Amino acid sequence: MPLSNEFIQTRLQEKFGDSVSAFEQPYGMLSFEAPHEMNLKVMQYLYDAEDLKFRFLTDLCAVHYPDQPGRELAVVYHLHNLTDNIRIRFRVHVSIEKPDVFTATNLFSAANWMERETYDFFGVNFIGHPNLKRILNVDEMDYFPMRKEFPLEDQVRLDKDDEMFGRGGSIN
Amino acid sequence: MRPVRFNIHAKQPDARTAVGVADAPPGYPGDGFFTAKLSDVVGLARKNSIWPLPFATSCCGIEFMATMGSHYDLARFGSERVGFSPRQCDLLMVMGTIAKKMAPVVKQVYLQMAEPRWVLSMGACACSGGIFDTYSVLQGIDQIIPVDIYVPGCPPRPEAVIDGIMRIQELVGMESIRRRNGDRYKELMESYGIQ
Amino acid sequence: MIMQEHQHHIKLPEGSIEKQTTTLNLGPTHPATHGVFQNILELDGERIVSAEQTVGYIHRAFEKLAERRPLYQITTLTDRMNYCSSPINNMGWHMTCEKLLQVKTPKRVDYLRIIIMELARISDHLICNSIVGVDSGAYTGFLYVMQYRELIYEIYEEICGSRLTTNIGRIGGFERNFTAVAFEKLEKFLREYPKVLKEFNNLFMRNRIFMERLQGTGGISAERALNYGFTGPNLRAAGVDYDVRVHTPYCSYEDFDFIVPVGNTGDNYDKFLVRDEEMWQSLSIIEQAYRKVQEFKGADADVYHADVPEYYLPDKKDVYTKMEALIWHFKIVMGETAIPVGQVYHSVEGANGELGFYLISDGGRTPYRLHFRRPCFIYYQAYDELTKGSMLSDAIITMSSLNLIAGEMDA
Repeated sequence: MPLSNEFIQTRLQEKFGDSVSAFEQPYGMLSFEAPHEMNLKVMQYLYDAEDLKFRFLTDLCAVHYPDQPGRELAVVYHLHNLTDNIRIRFRVHVSIEKPDVFTATNLFSAANWMERETYDFFGVNFIGHPNLKRILNVDEMDYFPMRKEFPLEDQVRLDKDDEMFGRGGSIN
Repeated sequence: MRPVRFNIHAKQPDARTAVGVADAPPGYPGDGFFTAKLSDVVGLARKNSIWPLPFATSCCGIEFMATMGSHYDLARFGSERVGFSPRQCDLLMVMGTIAKKMAPVVKQVYLQMAEPRWVLSMGACACSGGIFDTYSVLQGIDQIIPVDIYVPGCPPRPEAVIDGIMRIQELVGMESIRRRNGDRYKELMESYGIQ
Repeated sequence: MIMQEHQHHIKLPEGSIEKQTTTLNLGPTHPATHGVFQNILELDGERIVSAEQTVGYIHRAFEKLAERRPLYQITTLTDRMNYCSSPINNMGWHMTCEKLLQVKTPKRVDYLRIIIMELARISDHLICNSIVGVDSGAYTGFLYVMQYRELIYEIYEEICGSRLTTNIGRIGGFERNFTAVAFEKLEKFLREYPKVLKEFNNLFMRNRIFMERLQGTGGISAERALNYGFTGPNLRAAGVDYDVRVHTPYCSYEDFDFIVPVGNTGDNYDKFLVRDEEMWQSLSIIEQAYRKVQEFKGADADVYHADVPEYYLPDKKDVYTKMEALIWHFKIVMGETAIPVGQVYHSVEGANGELGFYLISDGGRTPYRLHFRRPCFIYYQAYDELTKGSMLSDAIITMSSLNLIAGEMDA
């Protein structure tokens, strides 16, 4: 039977019941949510099940939602079933006070650096990661730049005239 | 739609206009000898044999590779040998974005170069940070090392790079041999924190 | 401050000549001109025991920058990711936006896009293969093919004005129709380039020294490659025929007839051959696309963008004379057009692999979150495994045949 989004949804709901939620299909890709302590179980199930076979991790990233208290950081996994050509996206939400998520490195070696990048930008703590250090930014950086509260520009510039950029201020 | 007007007919090469002859420096010729200022002669020798160090980080590096290629040959200006060892090179060409993580490396490479040394900053990112006004990009390499020539562009066309090299050649040719020991130069180096 | 904590000096087993390994820093500035990334190698004599990579030396915060720019301005950022083949990045981004905005491009636009993307792929593979040649000591091939990359740059210049960071195309199509001069240059390319590629092949492919340097080094099995998230020519060299153009055809690739070359062992020689064959296939795709484009006659031949005034800036002379065009121009630039809320993931077959764009839009002028799935970043993790036990000179060739582009890796 050809694999379809509805089939995957039914199988996931059979296995995990109500823990998996928020099923939707934006632009044709099935997306759902799972609680953060179950992310490995869901991925392992999707990997092992012979009729699901999601054995390729396409992407791992995070999103910061400052206006959803208790679920501010979302880690988004994109998985791909290469033989049947189906993609799936699932996300786990964690709160910003305790952003702990289990690492997927044991299942997919590709997740190693992708999780380091997510830690570097958002501060998501991946439990069990072999080498969770900053990867793209300087090591001494003490904040997580991609979070919405931090600005894009370098704050220590003295020569930029803020008025020209629409932010009020003047050349000193 | 505007029709293309330029560069659609191949130009025929003409020996009278294609080959230029350089002038001798001002001096006193004689029977078998030529006297000129030492700095002129040294400058003439130095400027036509600059060995660049291509410090290529990003897109400008690919335009540099195109400049070194046979279409926009840089080797005819004396830069046939591009070295990667700072000890052996005269011109540090910084090409591409320098992130804050990379800045100490640029400084170290500059410090390892032997005098006389010149710096050419190629591309908008090296000159001033370019389009990347972000927390992680150094807004211009002149924050850490003194720069002689800036070549703007994103990326600059190979013709622009060659123009930059020709201006470096002018600078090199006109440089006084006492410049590097003078007070103004020492002040410049102090302002960058270089001994 | 740059050197991280690192396993210094692994103790070697009893009976070895040395007592512990030597640490060699293949630092951010190295002559292999690929970009800035650092490898700290532990060497036992000439053999590599382990390698640790440091990236981020050209981190330019693209994802944060993208949150500040409206959709049509992000194209200039995507140029600078894989700068050897910027049109593929640009087209990929435009297709992501078109997927979000549900814009359907006409066939002629698709075929023109395919011509540009395949030219970019040829341009990228030419750099990669010739630099593998340079790193193994053969500079000549590089000079021969750079001549033809100049011709590709001239074609880009005819269409968009720029050589390297092209910013080519718009959401919905192109900014101007391809001129007759552009087609003339394309024909010149199609005539002359095959001979040059044949000569390049003659220089390298059955060259004994080159083959002995490249075969057997840097290999990876298909299962490990899939686990590491490899895509693109590196994965195909390992034996898996995954090509996004065939798997999820975008931009009318299904109308074209081409084969996807696959290797055996994933070693450096296989990667070289796979890229080389892909260049021949790209050439064939360009010829087919060019013939298809020439079949559009009359008014159809003037179509170079989709008819979406909400997202495609109107012609400047219309903006000055017609009211609707003026209003659309105002709305697009000031961000008053309706961008749907939603999340979309679209991927294209970049020269290095699956280049993906994950765009979350909240209806505003700028994206809420844009994440680039960069193939170089993902497969560089495997470098340690690829070079374990090989010699230092093989490690250099492995690095260059992986086609690591620092701009894409650090984004």
